Amino acid sequence: MAGKAKTGAAAKKDGANLPFLYQHYDHETLRGALRKMYLIRRFEEGAEESYMRGLIHGTMHLSIGQEASAMGICLGLTDDDQITSTHRGHGHSIAKGADVSRMFAEFFGKTTGYCRGRGGSMHIADVTKGNLGANGIVAGGIPIAVGAALTAKKMKNGKVVVSFFGDGANNEGAFHEALNMASIWKLPVVFVCENNGYGMSTSVARATAVKNIADRAAAYAMPGEIVDGNSVADVAAAAHRAIERARNGEGPSLIECKTYRYRGHSKSDRNRYRTKEEIEEWMTQRDPIEHFEEELQEFGVIDLAGIEAIREDVAKEIAAGIEFAKESPMPDVANLEKYVYTEQA
Amino acid sequence: MDAQVETASRELSYAQAIQEAMAIAMERDERVFLMGEDIGVYGGAFQVTGDLVERFGTDRVMDTPISELGGAGVAVGAAVTGTRPIFEFQFSDFATLAMEQIVNQAAKMRYMLGGAVSVPVVMRFPAGSGTGAAAQHSQSLEAWLGHVPGLKVIQPATPHDVKGMLLAAVEDPDPVMIFEHKLLYKMKGEVPEGYYTVPIGKAEVRRQGADLTIVATSIMVHKALDAAEQLAAEGIDVEVVDLRTVRPMDRETIIESVRKTSRLMCVYEGVKTLGVGAEISAMIAESEAFDYLDAPIVRLGGAETPIPYNPELEKATVPQVDGIVKAARDLAKGAR
Repeated sequence: MAGKAKTGAAAKKDGANLPFLYQHYDHETLRGALRKMYLIRRFEEGAEESYMRGLIHGTMHLSIGQEASAMGICLGLTDDDQITSTHRGHGHSIAKGADVSRMFAEFFGKTTGYCRGRGGSMHIADVTKGNLGANGIVAGGIPIAVGAALTAKKMKNGKVVVSFFGDGANNEGAFHEALNMASIWKLPVVFVCENNGYGMSTSVARATAVKNIADRAAAYAMPGEIVDGNSVADVAAAAHRAIERARNGEGPSLIECKTYRYRGHSKSDRNRYRTKEEIEEWMTQRDPIEHFEEELQEFGVIDLAGIEAIREDVAKEIAAGIEFAKESPMPDVANLEKYVYTEQA
Repeated sequence: MDAQVETASRELSYAQAIQEAMAIAMERDERVFLMGEDIGVYGGAFQVTGDLVERFGTDRVMDTPISELGGAGVAVGAAVTGTRPIFEFQFSDFATLAMEQIVNQAAKMRYMLGGAVSVPVVMRFPAGSGTGAAAQHSQSLEAWLGHVPGLKVIQPATPHDVKGMLLAAVEDPDPVMIFEHKLLYKMKGEVPEGYYTVPIGKAEVRRQGADLTIVATSIMVHKALDAAEQLAAEGIDVEVVDLRTVRPMDRETIIESVRKTSRLMCVYEGVKTLGVGAEISAMIAESEAFDYLDAPIVRLGGAETPIPYNPELEKATVPQVDGIVKAARDLAKGAR
């Protein structure tokens, strides 16, 4: 999603005391951001419910609780900019502009899904909106993002690439190799670590030698910034700085969004590595959507009736998406081998 | 395939033929560029890129850090977004460091995304033993990658073929892995000037024969041809098929040859068990050509060991001409 920035008088009138987000984007864009965060959450709740009811198989990794980082980053991107995503990637996909109907259809394994039923939850991509794909391999998308940024630099097309990954990925070799290359070649890429505290069950404290993952930016001579990943405003401000830097040819940045996932790692998770109290505290005290709603009301962007209208609208879109997925055709087994290779005349 | 614009030809080494193919590819298409370790001013560990950096500059002949996994991933990401990278591994053994990006990403991306993208990346792998470089710099891992749907895996055996197949690989919309035997780099052969392609997926009958078929890959093609010459003096007429492509395999040419000779031997340098020869044998056993066989199929492959350092041990690890002659003689005379 390309956020619509304010210009001239409108920007000045709001004064310098407002956070960057509220100075930089117009009200319609900000309401749109809230709507997308609801869309992410309700999409995942809808997917979870469909799974519980046995309508879809496999597994899924839900990002409920992490919506602010996906939205705050993608606000600063144009439709032409590109992202790589992760196994926990539904939020990135929706924030970058994907249609939830086609995402549900992919969950249901249908031909109308983004991957025609071949990819499922872990491989959803929407290349028309610059989403090069979720990825089932931890850190798998990071070098690919650097390659996309190399293309952008070679073709001088002005694109910026964002690579989303989790805290677990920062201990993979691919992370280090990719950040190093992005830095030596000054590529237009922004590395976004969504640190939700746990790589599956292993806490960051137990798995990572440095206190903050952003500290690792120093090893690759790029700026590293820590933000409250549950605050759209904080994420968007950091994203803006990093994206501008990339677009100006000054090279890559690393942003660490400190956040939390409400659900377990995947559907097999029994949540034995963290306490109920910890989960409860994040859910009740630091919810990114509630926090954003409070700010939007405080700054006069929306009122309760407006929020309620968004919720209803999103509920309708989700219901229609699930219906679309249910009604869509299954792939023909005769086409099993299609798409392994590019069909040539 | 494009029209073949073959003009005059002259002798080039296998390495020179690769270099010429890469130069032509870069001249024809500005999206094409080279990536790899020490391929710039150093010229590549085997001097395959040579002086290309002087002609095309460091943006198109890019030295990478020693980062095989990351480098391969960058090549995949660049390919999927509109460029045509040719990524050189310094040794094919280092593919083991990059298997994630090759196997999970490059090979599967198109399929996982339901056909939404293609991954036109070319990866080059200097392979094989015979250089005294021992166990971690001498392997033949083509069967590993040949096992992965989504990849195309080729093993050109001559300077002519490596130029034409590399140019075909660059044009190919899917990932193509080229295994180049290091002992072939200095081998000379006739190479046409200018642009031409040799199709991926087509085997070539190098020598016509009536008594038995040897299907060989890469450097083993030349050893098989030498063996065939010796056997001809004994009155044994050997047909030599150069497989050229491991995936997708050319069934028709092999079946046709076996139909003619009724005897089949596979000669390849990779470890014998679960290797390329196993696939050729199984393919014949499953096909109508099984009925043409007059003797059991024979496989000569690499020993079930890592490649040793000592030169005599190293030679004993992979098929040599004498061994091929003996095995072929036994097969032709029905001694088995």
